[in-house]
Amino acid sequence: MAKYTLNINGKPTILEAEPNMPLLWALRDIIGLTGTKFGCGMSQCGACTVHLNGSPVRSCSVPLSQVKKGKITTIEGISTDTNHVVQQAWIAEQVPQCGYCQSGQIMSAVALLKSNPKPTDADIDNAMSGNLCRCGTYQRIRKAIHLASDMLKENGGKMEMPKGVKTASSMKG
Amino acid sequence: MQNIDRRNFLKWSGVLTIGFTLPSMGKANPLNSMLTDTLAGELNAFVVITKDNKITIFNPRPDMGQGSTQAMPMLIAEELEVRLEDVHIVSTTGAKKHGGQGAGGSTSVRTKFKTLREAGAQAREMLTEAAAKRWGVPIDECYAENGQIIHKSSKKAVKYGDLVEDAAKLEVPKSPKLKDPKDFKLIGKSLPRLDVPTRVNGTAMYGIDAKIEGMLYAVVLHSPVIHGKIVSIDDSAALKVAGVKKVVKIERALPHKTIDAVAIVATNTWAAIQGRNALKVVWDNGDFDKVSTADYFKNIHSAVKNREGGYTNKDAKGDVKAALAKAKKVVTGEYETPFTAHAPIEPENCTAWVQGDKVEIWAPTQGPDWLMGTVAEKNGFKPENIKVNPMLLGGAFGRKAYFDFVCEAVDLSKKLNAPVKLMWTREDDLMQGPVRPGMVYGLRGGLDENNNLVAYENRIAGGLLGWQLGKTPPEKSDDSWAEGVKQEDSPYDIPNRVQIFHLEDTHIPIVWWRSVYTSTNSFAHECFMDEMAHAAGKDPLQFRLDLLKEEPRFANVLKFVAEKAGYGKPLPAGQAQGIAVAHSFGSTAAYVITVSRQGAGVKIEKVVAAIDCGIAINPDNVKAQTEGNIVMGLSAALKEPITIVNGVVQQTNFHQFTPLRIYEVPPMEIHVIPSTEQPGGAGEPGLPPVAPALCNAIFNLTGKRVRTLPFDLANLG
Repeated sequence: MAKYTLNINGKPTILEAEPNMPLLWALRDIIGLTGTKFGCGMSQCGACTVHLNGSPVRSCSVPLSQVKKGKITTIEGISTDTNHVVQQAWIAEQVPQCGYCQSGQIMSAVALLKSNPKPTDADIDNAMSGNLCRCGTYQRIRKAIHLASDMLKENGGKMEMPKGVKTASSMKG
Repeated sequence: MQNIDRRNFLKWSGVLTIGFTLPSMGKANPLNSMLTDTLAGELNAFVVITKDNKITIFNPRPDMGQGSTQAMPMLIAEELEVRLEDVHIVSTTGAKKHGGQGAGGSTSVRTKFKTLREAGAQAREMLTEAAAKRWGVPIDECYAENGQIIHKSSKKAVKYGDLVEDAAKLEVPKSPKLKDPKDFKLIGKSLPRLDVPTRVNGTAMYGIDAKIEGMLYAVVLHSPVIHGKIVSIDDSAALKVAGVKKVVKIERALPHKTIDAVAIVATNTWAAIQGRNALKVVWDNGDFDKVSTADYFKNIHSAVKNREGGYTNKDAKGDVKAALAKAKKVVTGEYETPFTAHAPIEPENCTAWVQGDKVEIWAPTQGPDWLMGTVAEKNGFKPENIKVNPMLLGGAFGRKAYFDFVCEAVDLSKKLNAPVKLMWTREDDLMQGPVRPGMVYGLRGGLDENNNLVAYENRIAGGLLGWQLGKTPPEKSDDSWAEGVKQEDSPYDIPNRVQIFHLEDTHIPIVWWRSVYTSTNSFAHECFMDEMAHAAGKDPLQFRLDLLKEEPRFANVLKFVAEKAGYGKPLPAGQAQGIAVAHSFGSTAAYVITVSRQGAGVKIEKVVAAIDCGIAINPDNVKAQTEGNIVMGLSAALKEPITIVNGVVQQTNFHQFTPLRIYEVPPMEIHVIPSTEQPGGAGEPGLPPVAPALCNAIFNLTGKRVRTLPFDLANLG
């Protein structure tokens, strides 16, 4: 066992765990942040995607010993009130079916838009290729990323929408 | 309740002091809070209104992504005259008063369309009567709107909560008056699903997110050769893994037999997985290591080739043998579809807490009532001592109506005398079954001198779900194996027509998979109809329409999709289209798929779908389900077979079992046909025609007839 102080969603979080424990299980079982999901345990499905220092990683394959002082962002930490442009676009396009993979999809999409605010279809294919959706919401994911990109531009490049702007109807069209 | 805004629920959950402990927040002793028979403010089993004007609607169908969290309450809210935003939605937990609660067979809307609207209308009428009495005015001078009863002339209004005490004393009307569909405010509108925000911010609670105080974590070592028996367990290394507490032999109860498994119990999931890696178990595989999918297919190919025996379906007609003998032209075709897995991204998992003769369960289950029945039977609990908390399902597709993983968790909790979350890993999910059975189809068709289709024989060979699950033989299976292709589902007018089933008894655990037998039957049937059209020298659409003169509604779906896709109009060079149709679960779907040449294979340019599901409760959600069916149908056609060699499934994780990824998904366009007919299903009917439409397009482009799934789109050979 080793003691870690992780920087999760901007807050220092102290925990004791085995150094080889993947970040995923520390988040889910120890810290109680269950928005990050388990799907395969070998970086194939992307359900466990979080950001480490701003880049998307598969938390099922990142041991705690490698995290160190890195800044971790999970689905719970991308906005204060579900008002991230990507979340709002996901709601507007009614993307989720079961929704289980969507935390990971959204984390990948957020990272894409950070580095590329105006992605093409090919950029989206590339950035989202590591995230499986068994319900088959890919077509809506694509549309929602384009919508989020437009919203981002309208919002002056800020990822979080102003308070109050959050209904699907106000997003569409 | 996990389907609604949790903060709102928490605010008022104190009102209903009984029954509704948060599924994820098991209090000191949740078994003290078993659901009682009647709730305060209960107007009927589905509507509870309390004096502080909180309106609760029960959703009797678990949500695995098909949208029942919205569709079911919409039916009630429509008649109750409330907005969904203003009500609290609570999942039912298996109580008898809520009727059947299994989500499967795309039955939710079509079986509940009347009863749930009646539940809403009953409550509305009782509230209206209570208001009329209070005001001393005739009932017909009062109406319900937006959670209030209003007196027409005086415009006096009273909220439901202020009426509920009086209303609850009134007799429940037996046949309440339902609204005229033209007055629907919710049904038929593409309203946003209100649970979507919880599914984009990490707060939606799936089975795997259940957590109760003092809970242990477990994973399971299953025999790699399915059905292997434990000879010996060496847990010395496993118990040395930090966090591992115990290694326990448990039972995996399949519906038809119970097999051995070993649970590794730990303080967290990762420790349990590490413990499993270190665990050594010697298995006695008996003859089960001789099981292979290759042998299975060999047997069923022989069965359809030999054309002997088999069980003939009930709606067979004419004399196919004689008609084939007389036919001018006879065409044959043999088709094969693979075993495949459901692979919901949330693997099977269950949290269970056995205390004495009682058990509480938190699980992603397709049916809390079904689950109770299984646990009662397999784990030996009285139904009244089983409390189920149905959690959201992270995908299911039929898999989570098979409760082996639940029985394991209950068995383990009993043996541990502690609450435990038991989780399958992806390897368990893919390698242990149950899977969709592989099927083979031997088809023969006969054309007369005028190129009319006069004879059709379809020998269907493979596993029979009812036989394996409950020893129901083909003659008692209601021709389930002929779904989608029997006369009532595929109403082509063919004077001599027969389906014959050849049962292959198999040790491979099999189960229903999204759209069940139709998912494979339609591939063979609709491709073969194309073969017959080409043999007759007719356009495949026209050939079908000629056989559907007495079936205008069915034919309309084909015409509709053909028009939307520009079928028959000139295409760019190097492109072709294919068409297919199937009726299943009360709805009819048809596709036109356009393909182009690309190297040694083809590229899917576009998928156009039309679905006639009667009244669509939420047309956008019907579209979403159809989009999902296209992706899943293509995945099953192009990827992801499950193969078994020496008793062991060869696909262990998503690097070998590979559903479509985003870059493989073609553009798609879905048309929900406007209709005033009774609702049909939406979750499954869109899947079956995908593969045949694709393969028919490929034939039209390349002249190559694909008869075996899956196949490589990039290399047609």
